[in-house]
Amino acid sequence: MDYTVIIGLEVHVQLQTNTKLFCGCSTKFNPDHPNTQTCPVCLGLPGALPVLNREAFHLGMKTGMAINCEIPSFTKWDRKQYYYPDLPKAYQISQFDLPMSQNGWLEIEIDPETRQKKKVGIIRAHLEEDAGKNSHDESGRGQDSKVDLNRCGTPLIEIVSEPDLRSAQEARTYLEELKLLLTYIDVSDCNMQEGSLRCDANVNLHVHKENGETIPTPIVEIKNLNSFRGVEQAIEYEVQRQWNEWQETGLSLKDVPKETRGWDADRGVTLEQRGKEDAADYRYFPDPDLAPVTVTNAERERVFKELCERPAERRARLEERYQLSVYDAAVIIDQGVDFADYFEAVAESSENGKQAANWITQDVLRELKEREMEIAEFPIKPDVLAAILQKVKANEITNNSARTVFQELLNNSKDVPRIEQIQQIIEEKGLGIVSDTGELDAIIQAVVDKNAKAVADFQSGKQAAVGALIGQVMRDIKGADPKMVRQLLIEKMS
Amino acid sequence: MSTMSMTASKLLAKMSSGEISSEEITSACLNEISRRDASINAFLSVQQEAALEKAREVDQKRKAGKPLGKLAGIPIALKDNICTEGVNTTCASKMLEHFVPPYDAHIVERLKAADAVLIGKTNQDEFAMGSSTENSAFKTTTNPWNNTCAAGGSSGGSAAAVAAGFAPLALGSDTGGSIRQPASFCGVVGLKPTYGRVSRYGLIAFASSLDQIGPFARDVTDAALIMETIAGKDHRDTTSLDAAVPEFTSKLEQPLENLKVGYVEHLQEEGLHEEVKEATLRALDVYKSLGAELVPIELPHAKYCVATYYIIAPSEASSNLARYDGVHYGYRAKDFENMIDMYAASRGEAFGDEVKRRIMLGTYALSSGYYDAYYLKALKVRRLIRNDFEQAFQSVDIIASPVTPTPAFTIGELVDDPLAMYLADIFTTSANLSGIPGISIPAGFSQNNLPIGLQLLAPPLEEERLLRAARMFERETEWHLKHPK
Amino acid sequence: MSTQLPEDDVLKVASLSRLKLSETEVNALGKQMGSVLKYIAMLDELDTESIEPMAHAIEISNVFREDQLQESLPRDKALSNAPQTDGNYFLVPAIL
Ligand SMILES: [Zn+2]
Repeated sequence: MDYTVIIGLEVHVQLQTNTKLFCGCSTKFNPDHPNTQTCPVCLGLPGALPVLNREAFHLGMKTGMAINCEIPSFTKWDRKQYYYPDLPKAYQISQFDLPMSQNGWLEIEIDPETRQKKKVGIIRAHLEEDAGKNSHDESGRGQDSKVDLNRCGTPLIEIVSEPDLRSAQEARTYLEELKLLLTYIDVSDCNMQEGSLRCDANVNLHVHKENGETIPTPIVEIKNLNSFRGVEQAIEYEVQRQWNEWQETGLSLKDVPKETRGWDADRGVTLEQRGKEDAADYRYFPDPDLAPVTVTNAERERVFKELCERPAERRARLEERYQLSVYDAAVIIDQGVDFADYFEAVAESSENGKQAANWITQDVLRELKEREMEIAEFPIKPDVLAAILQKVKANEITNNSARTVFQELLNNSKDVPRIEQIQQIIEEKGLGIVSDTGELDAIIQAVVDKNAKAVADFQSGKQAAVGALIGQVMRDIKGADPKMVRQLLIEKMS
Repeated sequence: MSTMSMTASKLLAKMSSGEISSEEITSACLNEISRRDASINAFLSVQQEAALEKAREVDQKRKAGKPLGKLAGIPIALKDNICTEGVNTTCASKMLEHFVPPYDAHIVERLKAADAVLIGKTNQDEFAMGSSTENSAFKTTTNPWNNTCAAGGSSGGSAAAVAAGFAPLALGSDTGGSIRQPASFCGVVGLKPTYGRVSRYGLIAFASSLDQIGPFARDVTDAALIMETIAGKDHRDTTSLDAAVPEFTSKLEQPLENLKVGYVEHLQEEGLHEEVKEATLRALDVYKSLGAELVPIELPHAKYCVATYYIIAPSEASSNLARYDGVHYGYRAKDFENMIDMYAASRGEAFGDEVKRRIMLGTYALSSGYYDAYYLKALKVRRLIRNDFEQAFQSVDIIASPVTPTPAFTIGELVDDPLAMYLADIFTTSANLSGIPGISIPAGFSQNNLPIGLQLLAPPLEEERLLRAARMFERETEWHLKHPK
Repeated sequence: MSTQLPEDDVLKVASLSRLKLSETEVNALGKQMGSVLKYIAMLDELDTESIEPMAHAIEISNVFREDQLQESLPRDKALSNAPQTDGNYFLVPAIL
């Protein structure tokens, strides 16, 4: 007997607007100043009325299109009714039967070896307002809970996948690809610490019995997943738990209603959540305070044009256009859109994509990490880096000297480094490749003369002896091309 | 004629000629209230100091020749479901007994900008649910014409305040007749504008797709006057309409030519009081004598209005009133076992019977398994009702009908029979369901000296037509000039 | 046929509505809701199969506000009507 894991994810993403979905309060993350970003509308005060934020709808459309959804020409707002202290109106304005986008997909790579890809279906993506935040007394003494409504009313897009994911790893990959996509198209910062991206997972098993029968186990919704690791671990735990439970009880989907469990990251377990009473009956109905939204073809086209190249497309293009390895292309894309733009700017003006990729995935990325910097803040701009690389390509300096220039610009520039500084540094430090072979010839002759033993070793077949001699030559004449030095040395000694 | 029975237009004229000051008018209103409101119970609170201060400020501005708003110095009473910043707004509910809004309703901002004097907050049925103010948690308003009779509701306090001479103008809200019915019972003019004509921002919601704010006045001209101030687009109310607001008073005296008045021949014959029927027929005769053509019309779905209304309104109400849970504002029970119990105890203790009844009905109609049979069905019938009017207005300009089947009933008469109370909304709910404007104007008296109103309806946004048609009738009759003793 | 709504139904709806009701209230509501629902059943005689539902009195669409900050309420005003606060937060009995 074995089983297949069936996973669907519901992802809530905060959209990057200045103001809330239905009022003009700020959406800034501000837990240190509770209840300072509220107004009659988001407090749900009697008499206050919601008005839809145009930008939130626009970002919603952009998101829907990025995950290949259709954007229906008519969408409306519904009230989802339940009681909870972080929900002051006792209903959440959401979308029920006519969401603003539906029937899409997101492609993920499920095997890095074979590069096998898979399209994960997306049932729908709809807009809704976030709730506030309750904080509970953790001491167990039953102290009052506290309610902060700063977050209440922040625009969320809820993206519901088909149950197409087959492992915890796939779920994580899907979530990572989704986050990359949404930050790429600039609809959300997807900051998981601040709760801008939150995930619930629906998990069950399809148990394959020896007689060929397949039996689905009860579905469990895991809540409270707020890190990639958490998603992966919680699903792994839950799969094992369900498998054990199936072996013990043999209960199937038909026997047990959907259960909600919470992920306890500290203990590494999922725990049954006390069922919210009547949770199943949300009594959705159209919100009479809001008007439906209609979308025309022209509007769809306009928003579609705004969509930049999405990560998957760009990855493929980088590989193709710049002859990059799969690995390098992935590293560049995963750093985000600004980083990829930086790379392309350098690659284009240095006319050497591979070299640019080497430099950017190694030197630049290392510096960024050490300096805890974003690429936008990096002092060496693409044109300057490209100018350095051009000098290498033109054989004016060696790759090693280029690193010296790079470090010098980075560490000793008062202002933003300029292209003109490159030549200055090369001259000051004597990094230029020596084209006057007369001088080089003299130095090589001197080194050969001084190192009779090494010469003898070489002549008796020890190739490694050349290395030490190259080092000595290089010490005496900076900017010499080591390849050329090696060649001249060998000629002299042979 | 005493100050207390003058119209706002007359008072404005007297103030601008210097015959009277706003302070004198306001003091006179306040005196009447303190002298007689103990028996009428029109007000839940009176803002005496603030009103006098505003009146003096307006008088000074007038003296100094500064520009004045359209309602400068006129005392106005507001139904207590209209939010007033810093002033207790209770909805006549124990739930909001101590609620002080931190903001003004949109129309309150407009009234303040028009230099009106806000004199007090009026009694109503709790959360505007009812037809008699008997559902107020605090007091029952009596009819100024007969204190054993109901003033009507839910805006009974506002209607009684205007009828009793406590204020020349008042605002109420109308969800299924809550302006027109008490106006009819109290013998004043009451207008329910087109849905969306007046912003609902700051009106404590009963049923959002039906609620509309409108005025009570002593004559049609005053109703037109205050509409010029309160009507118009408000960006804070999604459903408020982006339509030009005519100067309603400017063409009021011009009769409508070739007016076609529609009427339903056999609507609700049973249950219709003989004197109400007679008053309606007499009113039709008045229009005929003015050269109007009387056109019998069909409203085939009119008999389904009350059933449709009593699904949609409670459904929306059950949702709108869910927010009163004792967490962010309003009443919280003292004794409870846990969070859920706190909700249930707070709501159980602070809502009155009618409110509970409607929350229960609405929750039922929206609940899983019943939604299609009740709520969705009602939304579909609603369209049929609206289509009836669209059809009818192809051939007529306005439609005339009774407002209520009977003149004011006795207090306590219907309180134990909710369905009978609901059925009396037969003539009024259709305007709310289809969003069209309606007006109630004085059109006669019963043998017991109780006022009888006439309802006129017009197509959406045709308030100007409605007011002019009403004024045509008013000029020919004297019902509006009678005042209770 | 009794028009009374069964007590179980009344209690279920009361629980959904978060209303604590006395026995007398449950009884009265059963009767009153029953009679209203019976009256409402008159709608069944209408064929509405092909009719579009009408959720708004006046049907408009595409009403937006621009994404511009408006002033929020100061905290003391936001909390001013709350039954229980600590000056920073709304307080509620410990959530289960
Ligand atoms: Zn707000």
